[in-house]
Amino acid sequence: MHALVAHPSGAFASVCVGFLILVAVFAPLIAPYDPTGIDILARLQGPSLAHPLGTDQLGRDVLSRIIFGTRTALLASTVALGASVVLGTLFGLIAGYGPRLLDKLLMLVFDSIKSLPLLIMALALGAVLGPSLTTVIIVVIIFTMPAYARLVRSQALVLKQSEYVLAARAMGAPITRVMFRHILPNLFGPLIVLVCMDVTMVITVESGLSFIGLGTQPPSPSWGSILNDGFSFIRQGSFLVIAAGLPIVVATIGFNFLGEAIRDILDPKSGSRS
Amino acid sequence: MIWYTAQRLLWSVAVMTITISVLFCLIYVIPGDPVSMALGPRATEAMRSELMTRMGLDRPVLEQLWRFIANAFTGDLGTDMWSRQPISRIALGALPHTLLLATLGIGWAALIGIPLGCWTALRRDGLADRLLGVFSAVTIALPSFVVAIYGLLIFSVQLKWLPALGAGAAGDIADQARRLILPSFAIGLGWVGFLARMVRASMIEVLSENHIRMLRAFGLRESRIVLRYALPIAVIPTVTIIGMGFGSLLSGAVLIEIVFNRPGIGKLTYDAVMSRNFPLLTGCVLVTTACYVLCTVAADLMVARLDPRIRKSL
Repeated sequence: MHALVAHPSGAFASVCVGFLILVAVFAPLIAPYDPTGIDILARLQGPSLAHPLGTDQLGRDVLSRIIFGTRTALLASTVALGASVVLGTLFGLIAGYGPRLLDKLLMLVFDSIKSLPLLIMALALGAVLGPSLTTVIIVVIIFTMPAYARLVRSQALVLKQSEYVLAARAMGAPITRVMFRHILPNLFGPLIVLVCMDVTMVITVESGLSFIGLGTQPPSPSWGSILNDGFSFIRQGSFLVIAAGLPIVVATIGFNFLGEAIRDILDPKSGSRS
Repeated sequence: MIWYTAQRLLWSVAVMTITISVLFCLIYVIPGDPVSMALGPRATEAMRSELMTRMGLDRPVLEQLWRFIANAFTGDLGTDMWSRQPISRIALGALPHTLLLATLGIGWAALIGIPLGCWTALRRDGLADRLLGVFSAVTIALPSFVVAIYGLLIFSVQLKWLPALGAGAAGDIADQARRLILPSFAIGLGWVGFLARMVRASMIEVLSENHIRMLRAFGLRESRIVLRYALPIAVIPTVTIIGMGFGSLLSGAVLIEIVFNRPGIGKLTYDAVMSRNFPLLTGCVLVTTACYVLCTVAADLMVARLDPRIRKSL
């Protein structure tokens, strides 16, 4: 933690990410209004003391919607990347430790997924499964999981030849114990870096799909749908667009900086500034 | 090299076969058949059965899958239910708009990013280098559709310098070019930082190699060493990234085309989703995936051709 605060961009990233997490956790306490509460008489108002970021076309308070939208973005990131990490780790360990043929087959499938155009496939899945936050989460799991599996597999292939793993095997430790007790703890560092970088991608996909109506469905607040509300009335007033875009900017930059800072700290030689 | 080329082409066929099979399963096997989705709840049994016959859905599933794969590889993507035109013609008609947008996006990014990365590599740890680090991280993280919306707000709505929406009047090249400025800026901005960072890291590595030290010892001018001997090696990893990036831009163009209401394969896919036109959606996904896979293979082959170390290892 000290190293993160001392890192040039790590401190800034920690503040951004910490702030977003606090906003998401305490959203009901800090949001001044109900994010779905309609007040048609107060529609499309500019910033004021009553509504610091103004109101949208239905008179809903934009600040409250953005605060609750933080929950949506971080919930999608947590659930999708949590599932991705678990599944990716499992498949990666199977590929690294399993039979060679299974390894080749899994790598072919993962490479194929990596070669698919993410947003186009997201549109196709959105059309088939129906637009919802669940669809966004499924898309993210499918497209991020191969990277985790590849990372775990490559690390497992290296680690299984290391002396302490060979010693554990020689002492009769079962393969599952070696995997989960000796190999997995060594993978946490690279996994955390990848997760931080991927949060940026999840937020982009979630807000992008919600922006075009295929992600979080109204009236649930999402940064993308709030941005779409603002975009529809861009000629009437710019405040809504600016306000709705800012949290996406802060979140994507914050998590990207955090990922890079953690990477630099864990492995200074592979850092972006090397 | 021939074996490597054959390997990469075989890989692309495998990827395409998997994609086609997954698409088939998604659209034709999971609950909620495409006929009901296309016709809606008010369709009569006769209408349903006619559409099922027209789409070949009354045949056994394996036969449908085989036909689906065989037709896709021969370029027959079926006929659009609404316009009654071949889907391949509709999709390939929209593709050039997206290709142009992606080419311009990555083109201006490479024109600025490569010299920028090279320049900062020569001034390592200086102020410009540090500023580039921050600039790269920020531009890489920013979603292109947010950049597009902010660009539209500033340059079209507030300043009124550039036209806002559409691809421009047919035949009016100047108007079409003006309408490409903002979308290509939005799609390429992230790539400026990314390419600059790639070239910088690669250049620093190349400049520390023995053959460059030897050239310095021979007294060659630094500019000649950089431009003639270091840069051609340093840009090789960038070729792969540009190749793969071009493919991802074809996909990333979806949101940009929607924001700017431009024609293109992304907008066509979106329209197909919104109108529940599944055959057209399938066609668009296949065309985009084929382009994506081709870009990746082309990038791999180009790197193998450019880098003698890789060529010799094949």
